[in-house]
Amino acid sequence: MRRREFLEISVSAVGGALIYSLDRRPTLLGAQTLRVPLRFFTASEAKIVAAAAARIFPSDDAGPGANEAGVVIYIDRQLAGPYGRDRWRYTQEPFEAGLPELGYQGRETPRQIYRAGLAKLAGFDALDAAAQDAALRAIELTPFFALLRTHTIEGMFCDPMHGGNAGMVGWQLIGFPGPSMSFDDEVEKYYGRAFRPKPQSLEQISGERVKPSEES
Amino acid sequence: MKTLRHTDAVIVGGGWTGLLMAKELTARTPLSVVVLERGASRRKGEYSASMDELDYYIRLRMMQDPSQETVTLRHSRDDRALPLRQHGAFLPGTGTGGAGEHWSGIAYRYLPDVFELLTRTREKYGVKRMPEDHSIEDWGVTYNELEPYYVRAERLMGISGRAGNLNGRAIAGGNPFEGPRSVDFPNPPTKIPYLAAMFRDAASSLGYHPYALPAATISQAYTNPDGIARPACTYCGYCERFGCMIGAKAQPSNTLLPLIARQKSVSLKNDCWVQKIVHKDGRARGVVYRDSKGAEFFQPADMVFLASWTLNNTRLLLLSQIGEAYDPATGRGSVGRNLTHQVAAPAVTGFFEKPLNRFMGAGSAGVAIADFDGDVFDHTGLPFLRGGTLYSVCYGFKPMTNFGVTPPSVKARWGPEWKRAALDWYDRTGRIQLYGEHLAYRGNFMDLDPVYKDAFGQPLLRLTLDWRDNERRMAEFLTAKAVEIARAMGARQTIPFAGLKHYDGTRYQGTHLQGGAIMGASPERSAVNTHMQSWRMPNLFVLGASAFPQNPSGNPTLTAVALTYRAADAIVERYVKRPQLL
Repeated sequence: MRRREFLEISVSAVGGALIYSLDRRPTLLGAQTLRVPLRFFTASEAKIVAAAAARIFPSDDAGPGANEAGVVIYIDRQLAGPYGRDRWRYTQEPFEAGLPELGYQGRETPRQIYRAGLAKLAGFDALDAAAQDAALRAIELTPFFALLRTHTIEGMFCDPMHGGNAGMVGWQLIGFPGPSMSFDDEVEKYYGRAFRPKPQSLEQISGERVKPSEES
Repeated sequence: MKTLRHTDAVIVGGGWTGLLMAKELTARTPLSVVVLERGASRRKGEYSASMDELDYYIRLRMMQDPSQETVTLRHSRDDRALPLRQHGAFLPGTGTGGAGEHWSGIAYRYLPDVFELLTRTREKYGVKRMPEDHSIEDWGVTYNELEPYYVRAERLMGISGRAGNLNGRAIAGGNPFEGPRSVDFPNPPTKIPYLAAMFRDAASSLGYHPYALPAATISQAYTNPDGIARPACTYCGYCERFGCMIGAKAQPSNTLLPLIARQKSVSLKNDCWVQKIVHKDGRARGVVYRDSKGAEFFQPADMVFLASWTLNNTRLLLLSQIGEAYDPATGRGSVGRNLTHQVAAPAVTGFFEKPLNRFMGAGSAGVAIADFDGDVFDHTGLPFLRGGTLYSVCYGFKPMTNFGVTPPSVKARWGPEWKRAALDWYDRTGRIQLYGEHLAYRGNFMDLDPVYKDAFGQPLLRLTLDWRDNERRMAEFLTAKAVEIARAMGARQTIPFAGLKHYDGTRYQGTHLQGGAIMGASPERSAVNTHMQSWRMPNLFVLGASAFPQNPSGNPTLTAVALTYRAADAIVERYVKRPQLL
C-alpha cells in the first residue's frame, strides 16, 4: 500500500466546513489549514486537479467556484471508488474503435485516463492563470478534459456526502434546495417568481447517514 | 444442477407485467406461482435515502449492471456490432418492480388507429407511400377490445388526468384526439409547474389543444380496487430514475407487492438469473436459473411466463431456441423482428426571461399537445407518415446533469464567461420534448451476438437498428412546431434539436424499446397471439412491450399492463380449464 498522501487546503478557501468524510475525517492543521487524506491522487496530482478545476469553474465576483466547493475532493473519491475502476462498465474483450454512436470503447478506466492526463500537465499548478488557460485549451478536445469538466460540474453541485459542494456553496449559488420532501404548496404558487428555500443535504432531510456509492 | 419442487407457473421477471400476472393468477385460481427476479429485493422505506442525483441519476443504481450483461449495437447488417459498454440510450431496470420503479409515470393510452396501423395506413395512403422496407403489422386486437383493460390498468395505478373523449363526447381540457374512454380518469390532473403552464398557454394561443399528461404520480390520495392506498404526489421532483419515497408514484413495489406478499401460493425469489427455458416436444418444462452464488437450479413448471422486458424476453427466446429466429434476408422467422425505439428528443431548449423554479415538479407533471400525433393531422404533401406528441414536463431538474447549458450566443464551454452565463441562465432554461412513433422495418431486428458474452459466457443480444427518413423528417417537422411554441412562450433564444442522423446508443431517449416477440393474428408474422401466448409453445406466454409490433408515440407501460390483464383473463377463464392455444 502506498504512503498516505494529503491535500492541504486553506480553511477560508472551502465553503464553511467540509462535510463528513466517514472513516477518514479531515483533520485541522493549526487553525488555518485542513489536511484532507487523499484516496487516489498523489498530493502533487491533487494540486494540478484543483488548479485546473478552478480555471474551469473559477472563484470570482460571480460567486464561489471549484476551490470553495472542494471539487478536487469529490473527484479523488470518485476515482478511488468503483466508478474510477470501471466497476459498472462492460469491459470484456475485444476492445475495438467504433462509431461515436456506440459510446466510449476504450480500455482505459477513469483512473487511467486521469493518471495519463495529469502526467502531461506536470507543473500546471505553478503557472499563472493565462498560461493555465492556454494549457487547458491545448487539451480541450481530449477525453481527459471532457471528464475533468464533467467532474468539476458534478463536484460543484453534488450532495455534500460525496465530498464536493462543501457547505452547499454550489447549491446556494444556483438556488437549488437539494432533496426536499415536498413542494406541494409552492409548485403552482411561484409562477415566474424565484422560490429559493434554504438548501438541505440528503443526510439532513432523511435524518440518517447514507452510504454513497464511492464507499461500496 | 438441483431440480426444485414443481410449480404450476413460473414467471421470469418481477416488474409490472410479471407481478401483475402473479397477482391475477393467485387471486383468481388455486395455481402455485414462482416469480424469479434477477435483481435485489426492495426494502420498505429504502427510497427515502435515494434522493441523490449522483448515485441514482448518474451512476444509475436502479439499473441493470452493464458489467454483467449489455447489448451490442450496429446500424446495419453490413456493420460490425460493438458492445454498449455503459448505459446510454435506454435504462433497463433491475430489482423487484423492474423499470416500473424508476419510471417517470406518464401513462398514455395509444391512439385507436395504432392497433390497425398496417390496414389503416394502406387504406388511406396506399402501399406506395409506405416506406419501402417497412414491416408494419396490425396488433390483432383493437382499441375497443382493449379499452376495458385500459380502465383496469388506470384504476390499478390511479392515473390522474382529464378525459378528452368520454364515450364520444368531447371534454374541454382533455386530449380531443384520444380514443373514446368509457369512464373518466380515476383522479383529476396533477398540479401544473410553471414551465408546463407556459407551454399550455402558448399552445392554446397558437390554436393547439393542450392537456395535462396522464400521470401515475397521482394528484390526490387514492385507494385502488385492490384496496391499496397511496398518498398524493408532493412534487419533490425525484421520480425518473428514482423510486418514489412517499409511494405516490404507482410502482409494482407499492401496488402489487403488498398483495403478493399476502398470498401463500406465490413465492417471489430475488437474485435468480434465468438462463434459459427448458422445453421438450413443443412444451415448456420450466426454467434454469443461477442464484447470486452461481449455483444452478431447474425450476419445473406447467406454464412459463417471460416478463423480463423487451430485450431479455427476446434474448431468452433466442438462447432457448424457441420459435424461428428472424432472418432479415428472407423475412422469415418471428423471434427478434420489428425492433423499435420510440423517437424521443429535446425538440427545443428555450432560454426564458423569468425564473422557472424547475427543481419542483414530478416525472409526469406536465402538459402535452397531440395535434401532430399519429394521423390526427393531414399528411398530404408531407414527406413522412405518422407523428408524435410535444410536451413540457417539469420532472425536477437537478444541477449535476443540467448545469452549464447556455444560449447559442455564448461560445465558451468553461472559464469565467461560461460560468457567468451558465449561472445567469440556469433556472431560466426549459425544454419541449418530442415523442414520436417509430415504424418497424425489415432491417431493424435482434439476434445473438457472435463475439461478445455476458458474465456467464452466454452470447449478448445484438441490436441492428437505425433510423429511416420517415423518422428523420417527422422529427424535423415536430422540432419546427416546438420552436414555434417556445417562441410563443417568450423564449429569448432557442436551441432546436439537431435532428436524427444515425441511431445513437449514447443519447438517452427513453426506455421504450419494443418488439422481438410481436403479437398478431397469424403465426407466420408474429411470435405470440393476442393473449401473449406463444404460437409455437402454448404453455409459454411472453408479456410486455416485446409484443408491440411497432412503436407508438406514447409511453408503453399502460398498454403493457392492459395487455397483461387481458391475457390473465383468458388464462384464468379458459386456459386453466383447457390448456391449449387460446
